[in-house]
Order: sequence, then C-alpha cells, then structure tokens
Amino acid sequence: MSAPLLEIDDLRVHFSTDEGVVRAVDGVSLEIAEGEMLGIVGESGSGKSVASLTVLGLTRAANAEITGQISFEGQDLTAMDDEGLRRIRGNGIAMIFQDPLSALHPFYRVGNQLVEAIQVHRDVGDADARARAVELLELVGIPDPGRRMGEYPHELSGGMRQRVMIAMALTNDPRLLIADEPTTALDVTTQAQILRLIERLRRELGMAVIMITHDLGVIAEVADRVMVMYAGEAVEAGTLEQIFYDPQHPYTWGLLGSLTRVDQPRLARLAQIAGQPPSLINPPGGCHFRDRCPHEFAKCTEHPDLERRGGDAGHRDRCWLAPDRKREARVIASTGAIGLEAAKEPAS
Amino acid sequence: MARYIVRRLIWALLMLIAVSGVVFILFYVFPSADPAQLRAGRQANEDQIEAIRESLGLDKSVLEQFWIYLKGVFTPLDLPGTDSTGPLYLGHSYQSNADVKDVIVSDLPATALLVFGAVIIWMAVAIPTGIISAIRQRSLLDRSTMITTLVFISAPVFWLGLVALYLFAQDVGVIPVFPGIGSYATADTFLSKCASMILPWLVLAAATAAIYARYLRSQMIDVMQEDYIRTARAKGLPEKRVIGKHVLRSAITPIVTLLGLDVAVLLAGNAILTETVFNIPGIGAETFNAIKRSDLPMIQGITLFGAFFIVTLNLVVDIVYAYLDPRVRYE
Repeated sequence: MSAPLLEIDDLRVHFSTDEGVVRAVDGVSLEIAEGEMLGIVGESGSGKSVASLTVLGLTRAANAEITGQISFEGQDLTAMDDEGLRRIRGNGIAMIFQDPLSALHPFYRVGNQLVEAIQVHRDVGDADARARAVELLELVGIPDPGRRMGEYPHELSGGMRQRVMIAMALTNDPRLLIADEPTTALDVTTQAQILRLIERLRRELGMAVIMITHDLGVIAEVADRVMVMYAGEAVEAGTLEQIFYDPQHPYTWGLLGSLTRVDQPRLARLAQIAGQPPSLINPPGGCHFRDRCPHEFAKCTEHPDLERRGGDAGHRDRCWLAPDRKREARVIASTGAIGLEAAKEPAS
Repeated sequence: MARYIVRRLIWALLMLIAVSGVVFILFYVFPSADPAQLRAGRQANEDQIEAIRESLGLDKSVLEQFWIYLKGVFTPLDLPGTDSTGPLYLGHSYQSNADVKDVIVSDLPATALLVFGAVIIWMAVAIPTGIISAIRQRSLLDRSTMITTLVFISAPVFWLGLVALYLFAQDVGVIPVFPGIGSYATADTFLSKCASMILPWLVLAAATAAIYARYLRSQMIDVMQEDYIRTARAKGLPEKRVIGKHVLRSAITPIVTLLGLDVAVLLAGNAILTETVFNIPGIGAETFNAIKRSDLPMIQGITLFGAFFIVTLNLVVDIVYAYLDPRVRYE
C-alpha cells in the first residue's frame, strides 16, 4: 500500500485566551490516501474546522500552541515555515468554505478572483489565465461561463457561488481538497448537485477529499471513510459501513439515532442526546463524553485512547465498554434516544 | 450604475429645495422682530429699510415670499430693490454693502487652500498609521499610536492652534520656524501663501488624522475577521497582497465617504476655529464676524451655501461609494 497522501498524528491545537486555554483540538489522528473521500462529522465546536485549518497553517497565531505531526506527501507541515505553506495553499491542498457569499470578496468580479488564484502559483499571462478561468467555470458546470467572469459574487445564486469557490479551489490541480461544510448554506436540491459535482471531480481528477460536515446524510452520500469528532477529539473512525452499521461509540449512536427517517413512523419528539458539549477550556477528566453518556461506568474516569477495540480492522474508537456490552446497549432505532430511555421503554 | 446616479440626482435636487425651505423658515418666518430691520442691520436708515421691505415683498403671503426666494436662489432673476440677479442670490449684506455671494466667492480660496492642504497631510499620516496599527495590534507601536491619537482628538483645536503658534510662529514662537498669525493676508505669491498655511494645516490635520487613523485601524481589524480574507490566505496569497489588495480595499470605502463629508463640512465653514486663531480670511472667519455683527443676510447666506455644498458633496460621495462597493448599486 502506498504512503498516505496526508497523515495527521495526535494533533492538538490550544488557544490561550483571557478565559483560559481553549483546547480546540485535543488529539486528532487520521490518514487519507490518494483519491479517497474522508468524511469528518461532528457538531459545532467539535474542532473539525480548526483541525482542517491547521493543516494549511491558517490557525498559526501568537496565542496558538500547535503540537503533533501533519505530513503531506511526505513533507512535514507542522514544522514548515509560512512561505513553504503558502506555496501549498491553493496548490497542493485547496480548501472551500461554508458560506460562499461571505467567502468570496464582494468587491471583485468572479473572473478577477479566479485569475488571481491562478497567477499566484503559476507564471501565466492575463489572457491565458482568463482562458483557464473560463475552462474551470465550465468544468464545475456553470452555464455561460464567459459572462459569469464579469459578474460580482452577489449577482450569482448560492449554488453558482459555491461552484465558483470549487472552481477557484481547483485552479492548480490540488491533490487534496478540504471542503468545510460546503453545502450547509445551500438548499437541499442544490446541496445534492454540489455533492454530485464534488464526487464527479474527485473521480475525474483523482483528488482526495476531506468532507467536513455535521450532516450524516451528506456523509452517507459520498464518504469512503468517516471520522466522528467530539469536543476536540476523534471518538470513532472507520469505513462508511463500519460507522453506519457497526458503530462503537455512544456518541455515534446518538448521532445516528437523532436522524429522522422517512421509512419509520413519525415520533412525537425528535430523539436527542441529553446535555451540552463540554467546555473546551476545562474538559472533564477522563472520557469527554462521560457527562452525557447513559452508559458511563467506573472506568470512564480514565481517558481512553483511540484504538481498535472490537470492530474490524481499521475501525477505532474511544469507548471503554466491552464490545458485546456495546452491541447490547446501543439502540439506533428511531423509537427513542440512545441507551437509557430506550431501556426503560421497550421498543415498539 | 447610470440609473443609480439619476436616482441620486433627483434626491439631491429635492434635498436642495427642502434645505432652502428650512433656511427660509429659520430666517424669514421665525424672527419675531421686523425682518426688514433685521436684514438691514444696526446701522441702516429708514430708506434702506423701506427698500428692503419692498424687495423682500413682506406684504405678500409667506408662500409667495418663499417662491420669490426660491427663484432668486435657483434661477437668473432681476431682483427688485437690489442690483443683483440670480441664481444663487444668497442675500445682500447691508453692513458689508456687498452681495453675500460675492463675499463667499472671495473668501473661498483661503478656506480651500487650508482644507485641501490639511487633507493631504492628514491622509498621508492617517493611512499608513491605521494600516500598521491594525497589522501589529497590541504592539508597542500600536499602543503608543492609539494614545497619541487620543491626545490629539481630545485637545480643542483652538488650543492646539495657540500652542502651535507659541512654539513655532516666526514672530512670537519659542522655535521661530513658520509664519504666524495674519501671514496669509500679507502673502502675495502662491508659495508664500502656502508657507503661511503650514501651521494651520498641521493644526487642522492633527485631530482629523488621529480620527482617521483610529477609524481605519478598526475597519481593518473588522475586515480581517471576514471569511473572504480567510479564503484569500487559503488561496496561497502572500500576506502583503492579502492586506494590500483584499483587506484595504474593503476597509477604505467608509473612509472615502467620511473624507468627502469632512471636506464638504470644512469648506462650508467648519474650520471656523482654525481660521479665527490664525486670522485666515476664509468662510469660517467670515461666519464668526457675521455672527458678532448680527449680520443676518450674511449668516443666512453662508448657511444656505454650506447646506448646498454639503448636499452636493453628499451626492458625489454616494456615487463614489457605489463605484467602490458594487453591492450598493441595486438599492
């Protein structure tokens, strides 16, 4: 097996603030091979965006402490200087963001912004750069690309703006695309179109993709492998089938259980995970999910590592429960919330 | 864009008429004394007062008076009882025995020289200061700049003027370097006029540069948090380009608006303190004298002139803003 394209090993990103040290990312490890699609799923504040911004060195600041290893195509990104990282951004690794209206400069035309993305990494004349920009707009499925070049971001629809962002990310044939919630700001139909587009481009260009989202539906649609994040850590990682059909961590059960399903009878109340995510300034000792987990027991005061415990090869999690106990306890029918409540009321 | 400009022009015209109306009411309708007497001033005789009463048509209805007044301001018109013709008939000062319009025109160059020189200095100081303070937030440079600017904003302009004269004026200063009070009036060449303006420029620029530097700094800090700046960095742009092309472009647009309005207000007479301290015969000084003498036509004329100026420059500023910020064109 060839070396992974991107490898992250025990990444931690801590920010010193007036209220204390915010442990935004507190132990994330992942690997992604060429052409693979990794989905990172987690709620707001789980650290998924900070982790991906850190890959590109965009979280470096006076008050940020970054430890761990990130290597891309064999190069160590954590130790790299700003100039070296700058050469990789928009080049070897590209990133697209959630809200394309605020992520594109409102005062410059689309063509101008695309040409800039081309010319920053390549010595290309204006005419050639504009031609390439039109090509890219065509590639992402924008009709009448020549005219769009002269328009401002606010003159385009949400879906088209996101296509422009994708086009801008693809200008220099990146080997890795990091998509940070690219469809969250879009309506469902457009969402489907954009996901199909990313999937098509991945196949055509052989590009690896990290898809960050809070929406399990999106993950199910496109991901090969999945990493579930909670309170700054990866709590479970595995293939799509492993995560959806043999989930090992109570948080994952909660996420899956909270999905509303068209093929099941409608519930009076949506299932939810009780409680709130912990503060990232003072995370609870031991397992971070302890306070909300109905299956907490004595061992949970010890902080678990991300390891393979009962699942198949490549399937790792951070839960001390014994594997057969896990299979008993997990309830992912839409009859109710995870664990305890379902145990009180028998499944209908 | 063209439709935007036309809409703005129509608005400006309506504003000008409304402003004329307000000035008319303030100076013609409200005064409880005999307007003709007020117009004539303290040293008038009976004949003059009669002439004014006729020319003002004070026997006619208020609306008719307003109509004559509007005609005088907007159209070429032979105004009875005076030697003047419109447009822009702003009144006749019996105390200076001149049309207000002529007085303003003769005062305008001094004020214009003062304002434009100060603008160049304050922009040249404020822009780099604002940018560097924003980039190096909380550094020693940033903190000392913020304190210095606070001092200059808080200090009254006339106090700054007097201190500047005390320190640097050639006739009375501790370090005699620059021409002092009254040197503008005696200067004959453009260069010597500029030399006489150095201290006034510095004084007028001091407080304004401080305000603009702080404003630009806070605008830049706000813009740097925006998502599109993160995108610019994610594209691999060098930091200089991110700041110079992306951040500055967004941060500078409100500054441009502010500049337009500040210039308008200063030219309309707001440099009154600087002009009086340095004895510059500009519009501000003229206003001050007119108030001292209760020269009602002069005060009224300058008010109307100032208001017109500001409405017009407001229009220009709106158009420039639409050029800079394409989102605004669709309002």
